Amino acid sequence: MNDSGYDYSIVRGFAYSALFWLIVGLIIGLWIAFEMFDPSLNLTPWLSFGRLRVVHTNGLGVGFGLSGIFATAYYMLQRLTRTPLPFPRLAKAQMYFFNLIIAAAAVTLMAGMNTTKEYAELEWPLDIAVVVMWVMFAINVFAILIKRREEQMYISLWYLIAMTVTIAVLYIVNNLEIPVTLFKSYSIYAGNNDANVQWWYGHNIVGFIFTVPILAMFYYFLPKATGLPIYSHRLSIVSFWSLIFAYLWTGAHHLMLTPLPEWIQTVAIAFSIFLIAPSWGSVVNGYYTLQGNWEQMRTNYLTKFFILGITFYGLQTLQGPLQGLRTLNAFFHYTDWVIGHVHMGTMGWVTMIISASFYYMIPRISGRELYSIKLANIHFWLILVGQLAWTITMWIGGIQQGAMWKATNPDGSLMYSFLDGLTSLYPYYRMRFAAGLVYFAGILIFAWNIFQTVRQAPQTTETAEA
Amino acid sequence: MGINSKPLLFAVVSALVILVGTVVTVFVPMFMPSTQPVSRFVKPYTAIEQEGRDLYIREGCNNCHTQTVRPLRTEVLRYGEYSKAEEFAWDRPFLWGSRRTGPDLNRVGGKYPDSWHYKHMHSPQSMFALSNMPPYGWLAANKLDTSNSYRKCEILGYGYSEAEVQQQIADYKQRVTSPEYDSKATRDLVTPPALQSELTEMDAIIAYLQKLGRDVKAMGAQQ
Repeated sequence: MNDSGYDYSIVRGFAYSALFWLIVGLIIGLWIAFEMFDPSLNLTPWLSFGRLRVVHTNGLGVGFGLSGIFATAYYMLQRLTRTPLPFPRLAKAQMYFFNLIIAAAAVTLMAGMNTTKEYAELEWPLDIAVVVMWVMFAINVFAILIKRREEQMYISLWYLIAMTVTIAVLYIVNNLEIPVTLFKSYSIYAGNNDANVQWWYGHNIVGFIFTVPILAMFYYFLPKATGLPIYSHRLSIVSFWSLIFAYLWTGAHHLMLTPLPEWIQTVAIAFSIFLIAPSWGSVVNGYYTLQGNWEQMRTNYLTKFFILGITFYGLQTLQGPLQGLRTLNAFFHYTDWVIGHVHMGTMGWVTMIISASFYYMIPRISGRELYSIKLANIHFWLILVGQLAWTITMWIGGIQQGAMWKATNPDGSLMYSFLDGLTSLYPYYRMRFAAGLVYFAGILIFAWNIFQTVRQAPQTTETAEA
Repeated sequence: MGINSKPLLFAVVSALVILVGTVVTVFVPMFMPSTQPVSRFVKPYTAIEQEGRDLYIREGCNNCHTQTVRPLRTEVLRYGEYSKAEEFAWDRPFLWGSRRTGPDLNRVGGKYPDSWHYKHMHSPQSMFALSNMPPYGWLAANKLDTSNSYRKCEILGYGYSEAEVQQQIADYKQRVTSPEYDSKATRDLVTPPALQSELTEMDAIIAYLQKLGRDVKAMGAQQ
């Protein structure tokens, strides 16, 4: 179908993987959300909250997030370099290997084999597999960039390069461990150092999976979908370099008021505040791109996804640094506020941008029209409402929880027991579960729409995709 | 800009840019003694406590419980003395956690008798009707696997000989299976008869919980 020789089967394969792990990850999310207000779903050790929670975070963060990133990266890399994939069979092997790793991760985590390091829970044999898989990906990234037929590398490619390099550094440094058996290992770092390395990783892996490559999608698919050029190239350059410079200093804002040396905490706060600037550089760039064309919010179903997505990114990158401030952190840390914060980013920004990118990409690679724009609109509204209800519920719950933990009687004694604080949250947990159902319905419609698009007979035969 | 047409140079420059903050805030502190001070009061875990710690990790207890008390008035009132850097010198990995669905556990050692923990692990709802903690009674139905205990202590640098590790295991088994054990009645209630004279996973996790924060109490008593 495409004379250009572009390999789209790999794009399709990763897109299907993303949809599959998205649905699986959300089902597990709903399951553990239910366990939070009613422990009766802790049916076996395998389905207990402590084990399933990491299956949820890994399944969505890595299973869905990275699959979506691989799918769009393989598409953007070929289009932006005007070069076919150098090693399509290697890419295919990477895809099967990747899905095998995620499946093995789910099974081993449910079996209780984990290192406890947040977002790096996999035991050492799987860590090695992840590194091999990443090298397979990186070979194609750099080979296509070297062979490219387009002299200048577009913004999206910068973000993909930064992601490829940084995730490798983060993953290897944080996962250095000494094996005891095939299923058990110990971190080479101890105590404070282990915590410092872990949150350097934990914060930045989120940044380099949920920010950097998602911005690559934003910068590529927003102009494509709207037909409008990015507002400022110079702003993109400044935002990019200051973002990747400042990001790596900020991990310790997850460790406020712990025994970690205070200077590391203070440096982390300072850089977190600075980070608002480059983040908002991209937000402003996105908004200004739409300048004079805001009617597209009504006429172009994709524009809504991108603009609401970047809006949630903007809110996220404002809320995050504020939470890092010592006084606010003392109140909000360890409460459900933080859970609300994370989910605004993942359910709002990340999923909206990946959804819109797929809506743009899948019809083009399969030579078909989108099955239903109406369904895409319903999908948009369901995930918007679901996400807002979800995060706002958790913010309010978190404020209440923080206030109850801090409340004292006139004589200075504590006003509430820990259990009082927990049980007062059950209504919020029920609402959160209901909001999750709404969101999940939106995602099912999304998957159905993509599935029907690919299934129907080709409607467009021309290759209008140069 | 030239760098935008040189992908390998771009990758190298990106790597250098991300490494600046990394080196200053992560790599350099690893070599500064102030980051991980050592105290003679903070002792390594015994082999059984370490097995219990590994079970705590296996069950993902850290997803709901933190192990770091912050230097805030209400927190010290609720949990006890705030956490000190020295306490974690032997912790690989660290288990500070990031979310308190359940209370902080850094000072739980010695707070309740073993019998309380047996009952609570068996059925949290029997102690707190509205608790959302999963029941862990099944841990008492699993015999504790100590086949790697020595190797674990060796890797973690605890300095025990193999004979000392075996002695620690035998001592703890003697303690919890003895008719004299002050939590015997509760332990027998939750432990299947076939395992009542063996060490179970629940015994180990309780040994670990009872260790948490105890060294610091000793440190405080000395000063």
